[in-house]
Amino acid sequence: MNSRLTNILPFLVAGLLALFPLVESTFYMQLLTKVLIMAIFAMSLDLLVGYTGLVSFGHAAYFGLAGYAIALMAPKYETISLWWSLPAAIGVCALFALITGTLVLRTRGIYFIMVTLAFSQMLFFIFHDTKIGGGSDGIYLYAKPSMNFGDVQLLNLEKLENFYWLVLVLTVAVYLLLHRVLGSTFGRALLGIKVNEHRMRALGFPVFRYQLASFTLSGALAGMAGYLAAAQYGFVNPEILSWHQSGAVLMMVILGGMGTLYGSVIGAFAFVLLQEVLSNQAWFGPSAKHWQLAMGIFIMLVALYLPQGLAGLSQRFGRKPVAEAADE
Amino acid sequence: MHKNEKIGYDRREFLKGGTAIAGATAAGVLLPAGIARAQQAKLKIGMMLPATGTFAPLGLAITNGFKLAVAERGGKLGGREIEYFTVDDESNPAKAPENVNKLVQRDKVDVVIGTVHSGVVMGMAKVLRESGTLWINPNGGAGAMTGAMCSPNFFRTSFSNWQTTYALGKVLKAKGHKNAVFITWKYAGGEEMMQGFKEGFEKEGGKLTKELYLPFPQVEFQALLTEIASIRPDAVVAFFAGGGQVKFLKDYQAAGLKGKIPLYGSGFLTEDLEASGDAAEGVETTLHYGDGLDTKKNNAFRLAYAKAFKLQPDVYAVQGYDAGQLLAAGLDAVKGNVGNKSAMIKAMESAKIDSPRGPWTLSKSHNPVQDMYLRKVVGKENKVQGVAWKALADPALGCKA
Amino acid sequence: MDFAFFLIQLLNGLQYGLLLFLVASGLTLVFGIMGIINLAHGSFYMVGAYLAWSLSSLTGSLTAAILLAIPLTVILGMGLERLLFRHLYQRDHLYQVLLTYGLILVFEELRSLIWGDDVHGVAVPALLNASIPLTDNLSYPVYRLAISGVCLLLAAGLYFLIQKTRLGMMIRAGASNREMVQSLGIDIKLIYTLVFALGIALAAFAGMINAPLSSVFPNMGSQVLIICFVVVVIGGIGSVKGAMAASLMIGLAETFGQVLVPEVAGMIVYVLMAVVLVWRPEGLFGRG
Repeated sequence: MNSRLTNILPFLVAGLLALFPLVESTFYMQLLTKVLIMAIFAMSLDLLVGYTGLVSFGHAAYFGLAGYAIALMAPKYETISLWWSLPAAIGVCALFALITGTLVLRTRGIYFIMVTLAFSQMLFFIFHDTKIGGGSDGIYLYAKPSMNFGDVQLLNLEKLENFYWLVLVLTVAVYLLLHRVLGSTFGRALLGIKVNEHRMRALGFPVFRYQLASFTLSGALAGMAGYLAAAQYGFVNPEILSWHQSGAVLMMVILGGMGTLYGSVIGAFAFVLLQEVLSNQAWFGPSAKHWQLAMGIFIMLVALYLPQGLAGLSQRFGRKPVAEAADE
Repeated sequence: MHKNEKIGYDRREFLKGGTAIAGATAAGVLLPAGIARAQQAKLKIGMMLPATGTFAPLGLAITNGFKLAVAERGGKLGGREIEYFTVDDESNPAKAPENVNKLVQRDKVDVVIGTVHSGVVMGMAKVLRESGTLWINPNGGAGAMTGAMCSPNFFRTSFSNWQTTYALGKVLKAKGHKNAVFITWKYAGGEEMMQGFKEGFEKEGGKLTKELYLPFPQVEFQALLTEIASIRPDAVVAFFAGGGQVKFLKDYQAAGLKGKIPLYGSGFLTEDLEASGDAAEGVETTLHYGDGLDTKKNNAFRLAYAKAFKLQPDVYAVQGYDAGQLLAAGLDAVKGNVGNKSAMIKAMESAKIDSPRGPWTLSKSHNPVQDMYLRKVVGKENKVQGVAWKALADPALGCKA
Repeated sequence: MDFAFFLIQLLNGLQYGLLLFLVASGLTLVFGIMGIINLAHGSFYMVGAYLAWSLSSLTGSLTAAILLAIPLTVILGMGLERLLFRHLYQRDHLYQVLLTYGLILVFEELRSLIWGDDVHGVAVPALLNASIPLTDNLSYPVYRLAISGVCLLLAAGLYFLIQKTRLGMMIRAGASNREMVQSLGIDIKLIYTLVFALGIALAAFAGMINAPLSSVFPNMGSQVLIICFVVVVIGGIGSVKGAMAASLMIGLAETFGQVLVPEVAGMIVYVLMAVVLVWRPEGLFGRG
């Protein structure tokens, strides 16, 4: 793959995906919507894991917090305007990430993994054990957010394909944003910190501030994904804050290939679709019940034989990912 | 319960939200595949039940029960052959809307059967209310399903959490207990059962001294058992399920409380007597079924079930079986034409189900109006002591249907 | 809260803590010495419990079941180390996370295929099936005391093994400098295999002796896993001493939390962990 192709490829893929509703406009389009939302979520985590060298095992906290934010902000019987509710939900997550970030960034390595888990578990129990968000039964969002300009409806998000296109546009936007950020001085500094924190500190970089900025941005983007996920099905349950969810998105990032944004997208596709395929009774009959066995074996094989994740498959023929190249 | 206010919602709004899906379904009918789906095509039944994890055995029992009901009708319902579509809900509420969508939108099933976990039931309710697909819930007792979220296409053949403990108040009073402690996990199901008991007990003049909650799904009961000992209530009422129920019974015994402070519960507490051993001996519970119920219907059911599946049926199997019976009642009335939904719903509403648990009918919100039995554990059996409450109906708080 | 009540709760907390220690000690060893993050640790706890159940229903004795099961789990541990984990020592922790996450799914399904999905009870050995009366209506099970005793013995044994024996010396040296140890002619691979098997056996053993108390059920491993990670991290990775201190801390915090502040009981351990880590980022007994 030459570099010009890799530059156009995301747009080609996005263009193809944009046409999907013309082919199938109900179930599989909704599945794809979900995959794209998870791709945003995974990219936000990749910013931390793959580029900043901070492994968060509590990323579901931001995802779920935004979900609860929209569900709680929305008036009971009416739609909520996307124009302010999306920024508000993202803002809540950014603020929470900023606060937790100042605390968790004191730790490193496995301790960092665990303390991020601790914060997400606290949120889980807050929503699970109190009535704020309907307790363990969860809370409903009765209508999709509205996108109006004055009195004119710009896009009716109740139409599934419109919601799909919105998510697709946001996915591309997040990809481009992160691409920009990572290509900037800031992004290069992050990579430098990932490779050798002490050296960067000695060079006078405000390491902590850079990491905190990355952590906050990551939390905010995870919040965007969580907002969309809540809006898609209109149901928020404490389970979206659980460590299983944090684990799943981490799997997507590693599976796809860390430190390559498109790897996260591939990982999200692979993770969701694989489960979809393996648990499909129509194809695998009664053995579909044991889909987790096949899933587990697949994950183990990737861990053992594909150190670059699925994205590594393509790299056998092309250039190395940015983060990897910087390691050398 | 103020929680219900949050879930209750305006009907017009819901219709507005549902139009997109309704439109999509209507469009689907125009496709060639839709035309082929004529009267004699197979009836599509979507089973959304747990196939993995702690609740997998419950999912199996429900499936078996349902299939037994179908088999008794010659493998057909309303004269139509059946095609099953199955989805493993993993007992994960976060995935519930997506999973039920597989059945509704991908497989385009005529009716959805499911599920065990209350949180998943809540997720299903959102989607099924919008799609209008016929839904029979063979277990999950979330009050809101037939309360604030109730809908004409929603049916339940099991219980509401409230029902399983309400009758206990009368039972405790009759035994002369003036105060009690309730212990359960801190989650919606546990709280609803606590609420049911509290109402029933206070109505009889009893006093619920303390509500003890354990973080879900922890099973370290020791600290709370010590607290119970220091409170010295006349009686203890408990609800735990899955791995928790057995451990609770054993810990209760090991802590020396068994035999000193009588233990009661909703029947699920003693549904696994093989694992509980003698720790469950003498515990009294209320439930809408008892293994040893000596009626002609129950004996025939138990025999047929054991023959077909080489397993002993339990309350979950009964609920699955009744889901099949209820569906049959609806389909028979419209001769298998599921398109005639309103007639079918009407027939189901007025059906009198001849269940192994005893005959029952449906309340206005489509939850069973049923006898609650008082059962006592004797050996490996929940021996039915009598009817604790005749024809108990859920109050269906917030249901405007 | 009167004094007797307080004392009994103290006992409850300590006992729960000791039980946690048993599971967590294996995790912290494998973690600290080999640098392996093993998410599947809880699965071995589950395997132990299911082995205890199936073998004790075969032999009719929990003791016999445990004696039979220990060698099995050691073999399982050695086999997995050779087949899987060995390939990941030099790689990023994240691949270990990926591998062991996959392993959880595989173990959970194998459990379902071999033993089914039902809940099972395991009988307490007759000899220990008694209770000591503490107040007029509360007594304390002997079996719990016995477990606490075993935990303490194992803790002492581990301490001795690591601090006082030649093998322990090699293990410690291997943890700090793999190449040097190898150049001294010590078979580091063998040591790693042994340590890993020991860690697995400890988790499985915890599952076995706890089976009569916890009963045996699907997904029982994941419940225990997270709390054990909390223990390991609070105590400081690789520190058996730290694991002991943290287990007791958590045992007490959960016990008194449930009684004194039931509204927030679910969060307590995580708040505790966050506070400890913000205060001492490398854990209580971590090497920094």
